[in-house]
Amino acid sequence: MPAVTLDHITKTYDKGKVQAVTDLSFSVEKGELFGLIGPDGAGKSTVFRILTTLLLADKGSATVAGLDVQKDFRKIRGCVGYMPGKFSLYQDLTVEENLRFFAALFGTTLEKNYALISDIYEQIKPFSNRRAGKLSGGMKQKLALCCALVHKPEVLFLDEPTTGVDAVSRKEFWDMLKRLKEEGITILVSTPYMDEADRCERIALIQEGRILSIDTPANIVKAYPEKLYAVKADSIHKLLLDIRLYPDALSCYSFGEYLHVSFRGQDKGPDLQQYLEQKGHGNVVIKETHATIEDSFIRSMGSAKNLPS
Amino acid sequence: MQQFLVFVRKEFHHVFRDKRTLLILFGLPVMQILLFGFALTTEIRNARILIVDDARDIASQQITQQVAASTYFSLEKNALTHDDLYKAFREGKIKCALIFPPHFNDDLLHFNKAQVQIIADASDPNTAKTLTNYLSAIIGDYQKRLNSTAVLPYRIEPELRMLYNPELNGSLNFIPGVIALVLMIVCTTLTSVSIVREKEMGTMEILLVSPFKPIYVILSKAVPYLALSLLNFILILLLSVYLLGVPIRGNIFLLFGESTLFIISCLSFGLLISGLTNSQQTAMLVSMMGMMLPTILFTGFLFPLENMPVPLQVISNIIPAKWYYIIVKAVMLKGMGFATIWKETLVLIGMTLFLLTISLKRFKIRLA
Amino acid sequence: MSEKAIVCKDLTKQFGDFIAVNKISFEVNTGEIYGFLGANGAGKTTAMRMLCGLSYPTSGEATVAGFNVSRQQESIKKNIGYMSQKFSLYENLTIKENIEFYGGIYGLTDRQLKDKQEELIGKLGLEKEVKKLVGELPLGWKQKLAFSVAILHQPKIVFLDEPTGGVDPVTRRQFWDLIYEASAKGITIFVTTHYMDEAEYCGRLSIMVDGRIDALDTPANLKKQFSAATMDEVFYALARGAKRSAD
Repeated sequence: MPAVTLDHITKTYDKGKVQAVTDLSFSVEKGELFGLIGPDGAGKSTVFRILTTLLLADKGSATVAGLDVQKDFRKIRGCVGYMPGKFSLYQDLTVEENLRFFAALFGTTLEKNYALISDIYEQIKPFSNRRAGKLSGGMKQKLALCCALVHKPEVLFLDEPTTGVDAVSRKEFWDMLKRLKEEGITILVSTPYMDEADRCERIALIQEGRILSIDTPANIVKAYPEKLYAVKADSIHKLLLDIRLYPDALSCYSFGEYLHVSFRGQDKGPDLQQYLEQKGHGNVVIKETHATIEDSFIRSMGSAKNLPS
Repeated sequence: MQQFLVFVRKEFHHVFRDKRTLLILFGLPVMQILLFGFALTTEIRNARILIVDDARDIASQQITQQVAASTYFSLEKNALTHDDLYKAFREGKIKCALIFPPHFNDDLLHFNKAQVQIIADASDPNTAKTLTNYLSAIIGDYQKRLNSTAVLPYRIEPELRMLYNPELNGSLNFIPGVIALVLMIVCTTLTSVSIVREKEMGTMEILLVSPFKPIYVILSKAVPYLALSLLNFILILLLSVYLLGVPIRGNIFLLFGESTLFIISCLSFGLLISGLTNSQQTAMLVSMMGMMLPTILFTGFLFPLENMPVPLQVISNIIPAKWYYIIVKAVMLKGMGFATIWKETLVLIGMTLFLLTISLKRFKIRLA
Repeated sequence: MSEKAIVCKDLTKQFGDFIAVNKISFEVNTGEIYGFLGANGAGKTTAMRMLCGLSYPTSGEATVAGFNVSRQQESIKKNIGYMSQKFSLYENLTIKENIEFYGGIYGLTDRQLKDKQEELIGKLGLEKEVKKLVGELPLGWKQKLAFSVAILHQPKIVFLDEPTGGVDPVTRRQFWDLIYEASAKGITIFVTTHYMDEAEYCGRLSIMVDGRIDALDTPANLKKQFSAATMDEVFYALARGAKRSAD
């Protein structure tokens, strides 16, 4: 029995004018760390709100912990943990007051499940008498996670928990999630950051309300159809323009230091090198590279729209 | 200069695209002119007057006719006993009374002077003053007519009696109205803003996704505001009694009971308003501004309801504050008991239950 | 006329006891794409405000486009463009009205406006959306539009405050295409971002930690300096020691 299932879920806003999610189907196994990866407006929050029974889908059905989101919403509300996008805690209550409140909300106490949150809570314990509004972004995030966990939920929904938080806290947060997974809690996380995708067991790439692909991160990048090359030269911008003019280039886009390029048909590496040197580029470097989640995402988007080529 | 014009143009765009601004821009002035120009007047018309005619002679009848003919007054059926008279005052059925002693005309003919008694309900001292002035004027006119053909001057001496408020203390009329207004605005605003704040901060989402039933969320917000509002009420009472000399003539527990009922109706109003918006600012505006004007106008403490055109009087019936105002006046100033105000109490109970039911039903247990 | 787009020397901003920006010094060359990085709370926004002429420095000196940030703030504002993630355009005005507004503010004539408008709309492919309110456009298009409007009056420098937050990977790159184009036309780009791969697109960059600039160089040199394979690692190495974080 999967922990979460979605079956052809469609949701529109504004009397059908805005298509939030269209025909979404996937499932999450118990104890899995599942990532919903996509930019703003992709529909991640909508999916979470439907699963936490805060919104009713227009079409389709969904279950959480084996319960139907429409009929059994009260039961679901009692057994899930939810952290919505905006660090929704009570700013004028202290850390400890917030935690005790959320424990009481779920009919339990802070002490009962302390073992579950102790790792995380120890980090903010020195501030337990500080008002939540005066915490830094990273600490608020840890507190919100504790509040969502304090009643030992079966499924944990974290909607963009790392957005707006500094890089160090982000890394720490994912370390905490990994440890939580070992407790057997099913965790669904949404994030716009492609690099965080690798830290999930399975991910779904979502864009404009549709799923582009679902699989383990490893499988998704393995499934990248073409061979990918990393190309570098002295003048990146000129390089970009010139490669786009190269007739056999299928796709070419910036990727940090390098450009990621794929070709139509056979390996055109050496040919490209010549072409570029003829155009006057210095220090041309062309090497094979592995695709990343971001590459896969871009490619999937391109299948629907024109690639920047 | 050109930059300035560019800015101005942008502001015009904003104004015309925002329906709410347009409403305030055009709707509000029109409504205000209509209300303050037509509907609201401090001029008194058709005040209910009771004439107790123990004389039943020509003089009393002529004066009675004058009163009946006047647009200021509307004649109630004649009472038979003085007990009927005071009952009518207590129940608020009449605003003033004119009493002719027996042998009124005979006294005039034989002694050249006679007395009449004018009694007015001074819980609204301004109205009482105006009405007694009107009456005195009518009597004065009659007196003049007599004197125009007389050798010796006739004198009719009106004996004035102001009921419930002999010192004509203006606060008496005002305070119950202020109590109603303050409770209404504070309770409604606090409740609606508090609930909308949860929505705005996003904590409402978390509260909903919990086993905690939504009704308890509402109750948990209502309880402190109920308690605080009662405290507020006590404060206003203390100030009124000790600072302004307003009496509490009736049963204080009854007053508390009715006030609690009224506060609950205001809290339900606040709950209803909170369902309309997701912005604290809007909630506060609607609760304070939106509720303030109708409450001030239709409670009847600034502008007597009897002086308004009938459509407005009908509207006033759906404002809970109006009923509460009648109750508070009756209990505080006239010392009335439950027997007098059971009708108004029933109306208030009905309104409260109605508001509670609707607002609870409309409370969204989902986001959309 | 200074050759440098921005010159900053010991620029400091203090709020009471709290030193938000602590004696930062750097220079930006004309036409450069300069990355101004730092964790939340490091002092980036405060520094940018001073450079845009929106706030007075407590001490230190800086010139932007040759104008002094303490004494010639109005001239600075006339010569720069600004765009941030939080604010770009008026949501309840149409694309056309936004262009007319901002163009008008910066003193473009009607003729110039008309030409620029056509150019902009054509380049972004927004012909069908011209009458739409900006609020109805998807996020990525809004950001690209906002950037184009920010450089409408051809400023010498454009300040971009996390312009690509939350946007999908394809649109992000299209955005940077626009940045490259602007830079090629001679506009200096001063950009802050949280995406470390975008840090690589910059010619040079600086990283702020706790109000100071703790690193300033080309991406390649920084990676060598910190023995890191990516800018992400460089950033992590610096940010880890930070005492201030977020808010």
